[in-house]
Amino acid sequence: MFLAQSSPFLKPELSVSKMMLVVTMLMIPGVLTAIYVFGYGVLVNIILAIIFALTFEAITLYLRRRPIAVYLKDKSALLTAVIIGVALPPLAPWWLTFVGLFFAIVIAKQLYGGLGYNTFNPAMVAYAILLISFPAEMTTYWQTPAMLASQFEGQTLSLLETINFQLFAQLPAGMTIDALTSATPLDIVRTAVLNGSATIDEIHAEGNAFGMLGGIGTEWVNLAFLAGGLFMMRKGLISWHIPISLLATLGFLSLLFGSFELDSNPSPLFHLFSGATMLGAFFIATDPVTASTTPRGRVIYGAGIGALIYIIRTWGGYPDAIAFAVLLMNMCAPLLDYYTQPRVYGHKADERDDEEAS
Amino acid sequence: MSQPLPASITRTIKDTLRHLWSFPGGIKLSGHKSLSNHQPISTAKIAKQLIIPLSQHIGHASEPIVKVGDKVLKGQILGYASGPVSAPVHASGSGTVVAIEEHLIPHPSGLSALCVFIDTDGYEQWIECSPLISDSSSTDDNQEAVTHRSIATLSSHQINQQIANAGVVGLGGALYPSAAKLNTAEKMHADTLIINAAECEPYITCDDVLMRQRPEEVILGILLLKKVIGAKKCLIGIENNKPEAYQALLNTISGYNNSHTDAQIEIVQVPTLYPAGGEKQLIQVLTGREVPSQGLPMDIGIICHNVATAAAVYHAVYRGEPLISRIVTITGSAIKQPQNMEVPLGTPIRDILNQAGLDENKVEKIIMGGPMMGFSLPSIDTPVTKATNCILVSEKSELATPPPAMPCIRCARCSDSCPMSLLPQQMYWYAKARDLEKVQDYNIFDCIECGCCSYVCPSNIPLVQYFRYAKTEIWDDERERNKANIARDRHEFRKERLEKAKQAKAEAARLRKEKLAKKKALDAEQAKEKEGLSQSNDNPAKSSSADLIQEAIARAKAKKAQQQSQKKNTDNLSEAQQKKIDEVNERRRKKADSEEI
Repeated sequence: MFLAQSSPFLKPELSVSKMMLVVTMLMIPGVLTAIYVFGYGVLVNIILAIIFALTFEAITLYLRRRPIAVYLKDKSALLTAVIIGVALPPLAPWWLTFVGLFFAIVIAKQLYGGLGYNTFNPAMVAYAILLISFPAEMTTYWQTPAMLASQFEGQTLSLLETINFQLFAQLPAGMTIDALTSATPLDIVRTAVLNGSATIDEIHAEGNAFGMLGGIGTEWVNLAFLAGGLFMMRKGLISWHIPISLLATLGFLSLLFGSFELDSNPSPLFHLFSGATMLGAFFIATDPVTASTTPRGRVIYGAGIGALIYIIRTWGGYPDAIAFAVLLMNMCAPLLDYYTQPRVYGHKADERDDEEAS
Repeated sequence: MSQPLPASITRTIKDTLRHLWSFPGGIKLSGHKSLSNHQPISTAKIAKQLIIPLSQHIGHASEPIVKVGDKVLKGQILGYASGPVSAPVHASGSGTVVAIEEHLIPHPSGLSALCVFIDTDGYEQWIECSPLISDSSSTDDNQEAVTHRSIATLSSHQINQQIANAGVVGLGGALYPSAAKLNTAEKMHADTLIINAAECEPYITCDDVLMRQRPEEVILGILLLKKVIGAKKCLIGIENNKPEAYQALLNTISGYNNSHTDAQIEIVQVPTLYPAGGEKQLIQVLTGREVPSQGLPMDIGIICHNVATAAAVYHAVYRGEPLISRIVTITGSAIKQPQNMEVPLGTPIRDILNQAGLDENKVEKIIMGGPMMGFSLPSIDTPVTKATNCILVSEKSELATPPPAMPCIRCARCSDSCPMSLLPQQMYWYAKARDLEKVQDYNIFDCIECGCCSYVCPSNIPLVQYFRYAKTEIWDDERERNKANIARDRHEFRKERLEKAKQAKAEAARLRKEKLAKKKALDAEQAKEKEGLSQSNDNPAKSSSADLIQEAIARAKAKKAQQQSQKKNTDNLSEAQQKKIDEVNERRRKKADSEEI
């Protein structure tokens, strides 16, 4: 008797584990750029996040009586950890990462049933909860970008000093946290526009927010994530629908509103290359578990996130908006899936409508 | 219109101008075709015992007409077609029928079916073949013209009859009796004949080598098919990974197209993208049209046939040979000499594997058909049938051993690869939950089970298996429902019948009663009439008492009168005596009078 099996028999080209690993690998350019721009804090964040993520994952799997090794190998916790590590402020204290990963892995993922069953993007749940619970830490621990360090005469930290600060909150003698950090470009612009303290041109003149394309420093991180994202798209790991519609909508809205009020609206390029736009568009919004799955659904999903990013950045209470935008659209995904089913071969275009009408 | 261009030029123009459509999804697979498509077609040794299943087609199994002990010749009919959708089965070697019994057949179910066992005699003695026309293998320049004219002399019905008698069925895998299909196509006036030469499954090369090595058979077969249905257009769709086959067909066609403008056959290369050889996908790529859901290509005026079927039609018409052999690809890394072999139907698969060099230690899986849509054989002691296009014998690590399925991560790679634009992921959830209503809402019956979704699934979920499960469950339910319906109908019918019977009984009883009453009345009347008649006759029993009294009175009167008239002994009576007598008489008369009243 030979091995009996149902077709197809060809080896699958991809596994979840490989997919997660490749996506994580393609974040490396962005991560390296972020380390260059924001210092070693990013690296420490990521390493801490990975340790916490795997620990939480293993514990909950044990409590849920699931095979630990099988599910740890899927590497989805690894990807979540890297995303959170990059998204957190570079000088975030360790407990911020700890709380974040707890919410991401235990609450948002495992309590919903584990990989594949969570409704909300775990990394973004963590980010949103941290942002609401610890707004000060989440907005002020941004190390001054390397490009501005000389201008501000700001100091930088070595790797050991960074670890010492993040784990034990101890700075080298003579250094203050205020000297090390500065507001992010998105924050500067938002505050200025909301207070009416400065016009876009004045911010430009100050030279501490705008780089060549977008926010100073962050533009490079965005470019690196864009490169990784485009490569993923080329390799067929993600489809074009979500990132392209997201970026197009964000660009279009900022162009539309920007042309009315030039003084208080930065250019589309600023929106596209500041904050976590590219990270969000290619690595966060494309999280398959929580996104819409039909082609049309994905376009709407991406566009929705793009629109929400613009709305929250411009009129909302937070400088960046990826987390809230993604979470809000996560809620819509099942509905989008249902109403955007593609026309099946051999069926008439309006068949479904007929069915519903009848 | 000016002078028509030579066909060869128009063909070239059409070739470059032909617009091809595309189908959604599809996947790129490595072909593994070069394993087996370089060698010439070999011939299988005739097996000692042939096991010929009586059902090698869709529809009713054929009825055996031979019995154990019969001597049969090669090509002799073993079983007749037993319905409109059925095909006859023929002996693929000469010998003696030794048994007609159940035997394991190569089918995913692993079930047995009725087979005719023939012990071959090795003489390979043919029955007398009666071809409709001959292609007189002369190398005459005008050969094509002759051929074509001779096809023109045949009637469509004649050709189709010959195809039906030869037991030709769709050799692309569907196994639908070709004659029945052609008949319908002719009736529905299909105007486009599409020849499926795509052969999109990896490893399989039987159509490829057939086209390379026997292009005339294919083309003549196509011309015959075209003639039967009266199609105006004919397209051959071939994947562009078979340039040799394409060239071979092209060379053959150009001859026919040059000599006959109405013989126009177009050969079109389509991009190599699995499943381009799916009937619906090929139609879409070539014409941009879609076969309606649950419909047939004929609904949009198209009929599809496989190249191998065309070659079988050629054999039936030009040689008078029934379909008793087919080309089988024997391939995979556990085979020493992968090749294509012309195999008599009924040859045990073990025999041909041994002939091609089976490395039994290496074998992990034996698959009939391709790696995407084939099925693993339960045993190699099953016979080659009309469906056996490929035997793929894989060693370990060549094909996948199913890894444990991970949870679905909703990545939508399945729906992105689905050539039917279905949503396999949603269908999977509902199939898993056994929500059969919902799974049908997601059009599960449009699934062609091509296997793309399972192949691309990063979680290794055997999606197609879930869909097969759901489909059979739905069919089962439907059968149950039908059964229940039939049972209910029967019950209601019975109730109705009983009710009717009761009513009929009551009616009959009433009628009988009525009849009886009528009869009684009639009898009484008759009796009266009879009485009237019988009053003169002596029938005192029936007279009424009044009558009796009257009679008695009459009698008494008569007697009295007689007595009075006679008075024999009253002559000498005294006065007193006379008085007494008178008194008595008076009394009697009075009494009689009173009685009379």
